[in-house]
Amino acid sequence: MAEIRNYTMNFGPQHPAAHGVLRLVLEMDGEVVERADPHVGLLHRGTEKLAETKPFNQSIGYMDRLDYVSMMCNEHAYVMAIEKLLGIEVPRRAQYIRVMFDEITRILNHLMWLGTHGLDIGAMTMFLYCFREREDLMDCYEAVSGTRMHATYYRPGGVYRDLPGTMPQYEVSKWHKKKDVDRMNEARQGSLLDFIEDFTRRFPKMVDEYETLLTDNRIWKQRTVGIGVVSPERAQQLGFSGPMLRGSGVEWDIRKKQPYAVYDELFFDIPVGVTGDCYDRYLVRMEELRQSNHIIKQCVEWLRNNPGPVITQDHKVAPPKRLDMKGDMEALIHHFKLFTEGYCVPEGEVYASVEAPKGEFGVYLVSDGANKPYRVKMRAPGFAHISAMDEMVRGHMLADVVAVIGTMDIVFGEIDR
Amino acid sequence: MFELILTIWQDAIALLPDVLQPFAAIISKIVVILMPLIICVAFLTLAERKIIGYMQVRIGPNRVGPRGLLQPFADTFKLMFKEIIIPSNSNKFLFVGAPLITFAPAVAAWAVIPFDEGMALSNINAGLLYVLAITSIGVYGVIIAGWASNSKYAFLGAMRSSAQIVSYEIAMGFALVGVLIASGSLNMHEIVVAQKGSVLNWFALPLFPLFMVYFISGVAETNRAPFDVAEGESEIVAGFHVEYSGMAFAVFFLAEYANMILISALAAIMFLGGWYSPLAGLGVVSDTLFALPYIGWAFDSGFHWLFFKIAFFLLMFLWFRATFPRYRYDQIMRLGWKVFIPITIVWLLVAGVMVLAEIPPWFDKGGLS
Repeated sequence: MAEIRNYTMNFGPQHPAAHGVLRLVLEMDGEVVERADPHVGLLHRGTEKLAETKPFNQSIGYMDRLDYVSMMCNEHAYVMAIEKLLGIEVPRRAQYIRVMFDEITRILNHLMWLGTHGLDIGAMTMFLYCFREREDLMDCYEAVSGTRMHATYYRPGGVYRDLPGTMPQYEVSKWHKKKDVDRMNEARQGSLLDFIEDFTRRFPKMVDEYETLLTDNRIWKQRTVGIGVVSPERAQQLGFSGPMLRGSGVEWDIRKKQPYAVYDELFFDIPVGVTGDCYDRYLVRMEELRQSNHIIKQCVEWLRNNPGPVITQDHKVAPPKRLDMKGDMEALIHHFKLFTEGYCVPEGEVYASVEAPKGEFGVYLVSDGANKPYRVKMRAPGFAHISAMDEMVRGHMLADVVAVIGTMDIVFGEIDR
Repeated sequence: MFELILTIWQDAIALLPDVLQPFAAIISKIVVILMPLIICVAFLTLAERKIIGYMQVRIGPNRVGPRGLLQPFADTFKLMFKEIIIPSNSNKFLFVGAPLITFAPAVAAWAVIPFDEGMALSNINAGLLYVLAITSIGVYGVIIAGWASNSKYAFLGAMRSSAQIVSYEIAMGFALVGVLIASGSLNMHEIVVAQKGSVLNWFALPLFPLFMVYFISGVAETNRAPFDVAEGESEIVAGFHVEYSGMAFAVFFLAEYANMILISALAAIMFLGGWYSPLAGLGVVSDTLFALPYIGWAFDSGFHWLFFKIAFFLLMFLWFRATFPRYRYDQIMRLGWKVFIPITIVWLLVAGVMVLAEIPPWFDKGGLS
């Protein structure tokens, strides 16, 4: 009798469902996965090492490129770590702006997740619907920072600049007629806050629309219910965080448990799953979309009524106004020092973490008193999640591997760093 | 118009030597069926991209030609000039043969499709059996392609496809047995004629569960979403044709779309009264309207109604693809064996009873005679 051997399959790194550059070595018995061995490192760019070679404020841009679908949340953790070491106070308005953009980022990330998760399971229309809404949020990014993705908007001591009073407009072109452009620009006539408020009004209906396509869909349920079940105890042991942990029924959210910025002043709920399967995690994330929308509404309301500075007035950390530089010697010196040497941070070590859309994103910073960090370590939520790949897919079929990759919401930028 | 073309055609054939006459007649008929079919396939690919595009709030191809109408030709040229890469460890003979084995049955089955009263390439008595037999061959192309590629992804695709098609063939076969019971004939032409009368006489009504099972099995047979596990874009990349490129791939593509049209045509013929107009025979539209020169022709039964019905089913194919997530391989099996086959068996009994009891308006004209 011939020896029966398992079938070894190389899944990725070039695979439509690999979410970037995941390489999985699957040992399969027919369609059933016996063992999954995730290989990481194909997107390693040495971010941590790079950050050690540059002044503190020049590494913010690298943080955007870690988890490149939740950019501003990564920045938030990094600037929070620096602020803790420097011991500076961040203006309240800046805190609110940060929270608002953290939540916009959460919606961006969850929409990306929903689209790709749908696409992985075969519901390709979801992807395009999600990108329709992402477009509006990307415009918000663009309006405040000038770029659609890698914003570098948060700075130690606040944010780069105040919210703009106007929104960029679409222009008539060969592809867009006057009528279409007018319709697209309708919400863009006022300030950024008006635009965001209009979005928060429209968005719940969009989420309802997504849910009609998926939540009660028999095929969607068959594909996600009971797939990749993680018990609450096991989820904690594996170091899960974010929706992966809450999907298993553990009520843990840094925004509630260790509030940072102004989260303790805002009202929102944290959804929790029951069984810890892909479907529960789907429901948790869908509810988070609604809750984030709710938080954004509250921030818009506050920001409308409370003008003020958005960055600290300590010019050792934040650059002075351009206008002041023209007439004030001290301002000019501050500017020169900031953009050449940067600033020295007191000796010490600090860990700052935020509830990024994917889970706990933390930055551990060691400073030896120089203008560059001695050591920077990022705690990427995705790394802990992908470590559980083998456990989650063992005994499931090949098609479920794809569903599990989708539910983990993996982005390789942060895993490989 | 039709008569004129027909007489010219008959006169032209009569000019040939006696031995060649039957061949010429058949070959010209084949060309008349095949050319529009290929053109339909080409534009179906465009229609799919456009329609799904609009469903997904985008516009689809619009670069080549006015509103993207020439896109299928651009695709064809691109695929023709691409290299066909034959994997070094593949079985070359089977690798090249597989697309043909898939494509030939998809086209051959059209031989027995009646387009209008007396309009079919061959009006054979075992038409239904012929269709069943021919469409079953198509799956061999898929299996051989997956096997000959010597690639793990292709192999998985072939395994999935063979298991899936074997199970759905049964449900589909049973659904067709229902039509056979209802019409009392295996001849495609007679099946349509048995539905003569009005919309109420179409088999879709008495055999509604079979109609549903047939169409859904048809979607599964053609490997279309949500049953496209054999290709399974996000799971096994492209499944059985992952190693194919250029024209070899294009032939698979053509076969898939030709099969879609075929399944739609069969559904229209067997359940929706083929070329019969839904407006005729109801008394809703007055007879004077049918007497009008062109409008009357448009409302009355004819080939165009079959065309509309096929287009309707094709739209359903596209709509499914834009709406549903993909089934998992074992879930497809469960649906086939545990849901569809029991439904068909039960409804076969019901249909048999209905025929014996001569229930009007479908079975009162003598039933099984």
